[in-house]
Amino acid sequence: MPPKYHVLSVLVENRAGVLARVSALFARRGYNIYSLAVAPTDDERFSRITVVVDVEQAPLEQVVKQLNKLIHVIKISELDPRDSVERELMLVTVKAPAEVRGQIIELVELFEGRIIDVGRDELALSLDEHPERLDDLEELLRPFGIIDLQRTGRVALPKLERS
Amino acid sequence: MNTNGGQALIKSLELEGVEVIFGLPGGAILPVYDPILDSPIRHVLVRHEQGAGHMAEGFAHATGRPGVAMVTSGPGATNIVTPLADAYMDSIPMVVITGQVPLASIGTDAFQECDTLGITRGVTKHNELVTRAEDIPMAIRQAFHIATTGRPGPVLVDIPKDIVDPRNPASAMNWNWPTDAEVSSSMPGYKPTTKGHPKKIKEAAALIATARKPIIYAGGGILKARAAEALRELAELTGIPVVTTLMARGAFPDDHELCLGMPGMHGNYTAVTSIQKSDLLIALGSRFDDRVTGKVDSFAPDARIIHVDIDPAELGKVRRADVPIVGDCRLVIEEIIKALNALGGPESRIDITPWRQQVSAWQELYPLVYEQSIDGDLLKPQYVLEQLRDRSPADTIVASGVGQHQMWTSQYWKFNYPYTWVNSGGLGTMGFSIPAAIGAKVGRPDRTVWAVDGDGCFQMTAQELVTAATERIPVKIALLNNAYLGMVRQWQEMFYGERYSEVYLSPDLPDYVKWAEAMGCVALRVESPDEVGPAIDKANEINDRPVVLEFRTDASEKVFPMVSPGTSNDQIDVGPLQNGLGR
Repeated sequence: MPPKYHVLSVLVENRAGVLARVSALFARRGYNIYSLAVAPTDDERFSRITVVVDVEQAPLEQVVKQLNKLIHVIKISELDPRDSVERELMLVTVKAPAEVRGQIIELVELFEGRIIDVGRDELALSLDEHPERLDDLEELLRPFGIIDLQRTGRVALPKLERS
Repeated sequence: MNTNGGQALIKSLELEGVEVIFGLPGGAILPVYDPILDSPIRHVLVRHEQGAGHMAEGFAHATGRPGVAMVTSGPGATNIVTPLADAYMDSIPMVVITGQVPLASIGTDAFQECDTLGITRGVTKHNELVTRAEDIPMAIRQAFHIATTGRPGPVLVDIPKDIVDPRNPASAMNWNWPTDAEVSSSMPGYKPTTKGHPKKIKEAAALIATARKPIIYAGGGILKARAAEALRELAELTGIPVVTTLMARGAFPDDHELCLGMPGMHGNYTAVTSIQKSDLLIALGSRFDDRVTGKVDSFAPDARIIHVDIDPAELGKVRRADVPIVGDCRLVIEEIIKALNALGGPESRIDITPWRQQVSAWQELYPLVYEQSIDGDLLKPQYVLEQLRDRSPADTIVASGVGQHQMWTSQYWKFNYPYTWVNSGGLGTMGFSIPAAIGAKVGRPDRTVWAVDGDGCFQMTAQELVTAATERIPVKIALLNNAYLGMVRQWQEMFYGERYSEVYLSPDLPDYVKWAEAMGCVALRVESPDEVGPAIDKANEINDRPVVLEFRTDASEKVFPMVSPGTSNDQIDVGPLQNGLGR
């Protein structure tokens, strides 16, 4: 099945204004950025921006070429979801009165997530997993009443050669 | 600490070889204006910051060297946005220095503060806010490097007041001029490709050798790459006819038998049609602009494409190339010539004589034409331009504004030398010509510089004639006064059923002669055909102040040929005088 989204991994100089330059190129063409994750790499001089955009929109070739023209962009790779490993972190606060609390804890354990905070009638939990697994857990938690939900946006690396 | 940021900025500009700055001071940039008094760099004080930007562009157009403009923060910066956008569209090397409020005030809505970086991000090749005095020399070196290498373009350097003000401790610094190696290693993401891929060069040569109906589609990149000589060599070696786009006028001499002139919406019939009928289009530093292609789907439908451009983003942007080559036009053309010679002599290539004959037949059938005016009627703009062309030195530099007069100038002038045509192509900036002509004259004081302007354009930037008079920059303005926003009027006549909406300007208000005289120019009004030549001769003799010749021209005159917007180049309208010919 062809992926529904493009994942661009953009290596940039770690300095003020770079994210604005990158995001402006998408904005100018009316492309909505689906998710975005930015952090320095192992080399502090550089940061990696992982941008996810919808495939349905115009082909990405022109945007990639324009991104390459930015002085502070070092390298861009498009990561095909079929050839990359992807992770995302999600934090959720969910309604958890005593009568359903067990069910929620069981779900979290099934997904190998963690309970990170406990309130009187609420639980806060975290899950770092493939983004689709996050979607699954989110869907299963929704009937209990999600109070707050925050996702980081996906990060990705190319799959390693096996042969 | 042996210097301060303000002195370091001016010294950096001196070391970059800057001879002239076009600018206007204000609060935030004040500290940089003080060391200018002690610098050998000439400063031209403009009357509006837009003028500074277009002057820097004109300087760059005429000399090939980066133009430099300096303005203050806030309104100074916003006023120069149009020239930045213009230079970005037409790939003009330019460095703009803007003052900025002190670092601690940035983001506080301080007096004359604006987000200069944010505003100019989309209209510059690069922009940078410098936050430490000691970084100024590197920022200036980077700016000139970026502006002049790869695909040239405008770079803006934003300088907060405190790092250049000697009364502020933040301005103290030790002078250090970065080496070339330090400059390039400071920008790990910037490495323009200049040399074409050898395999693609061979493929290009093979396509050229086997084409029956080839056309060279030369663009502004030829001039940027200083490739006019190489282009001529390629054309003469292969006998392939050359069209020169609006940005490439002069890149190949109009008096050359292989030159077909300008293609596009107002291109001549032969240039437009030969592209349409070609089987190979050799695009050299051109970008398949919509004004050239017309409806893209039906543009040169049978042509294979060789596309050479230094900007990889241009390849495949509008039309897929069969042979895309990223590289500097001059280097790539030279390599293609070598590859063609390696294939053998003329016998190694298909004889294109039949194609050349076909092209010549079109030229004979459809020359540019207009009807002379009858006595007592208003002047024909084409006639004025022919007289101007024939009575001015052959290497005259011509700047134009935007509109009908621009198209007529491009059509009727004979551009036989590169870097003699200064105009606003991509952005289409009305008011470009007067400041651009001033900048060109500053860069090439040895040349005659004419600005061809319309009355609409003239009213947008005429105040810079005060600058020209004050600074003794003797540019000449041919003002084609038809009392209308002529090109808009033409569209309203042709596409809006002659419903003229907000295009009438009046021939007499303002009184252009009095206005020009008030600005320190010699001014003449020309109303009859027999006055045209003598007035031009008189203007060409004046070399100590600017001259404005106001020509009263016929507003009903339209620019032909014309490819109507959104239609195919095959539907070219040659105008009422030639309709029906050869059909």
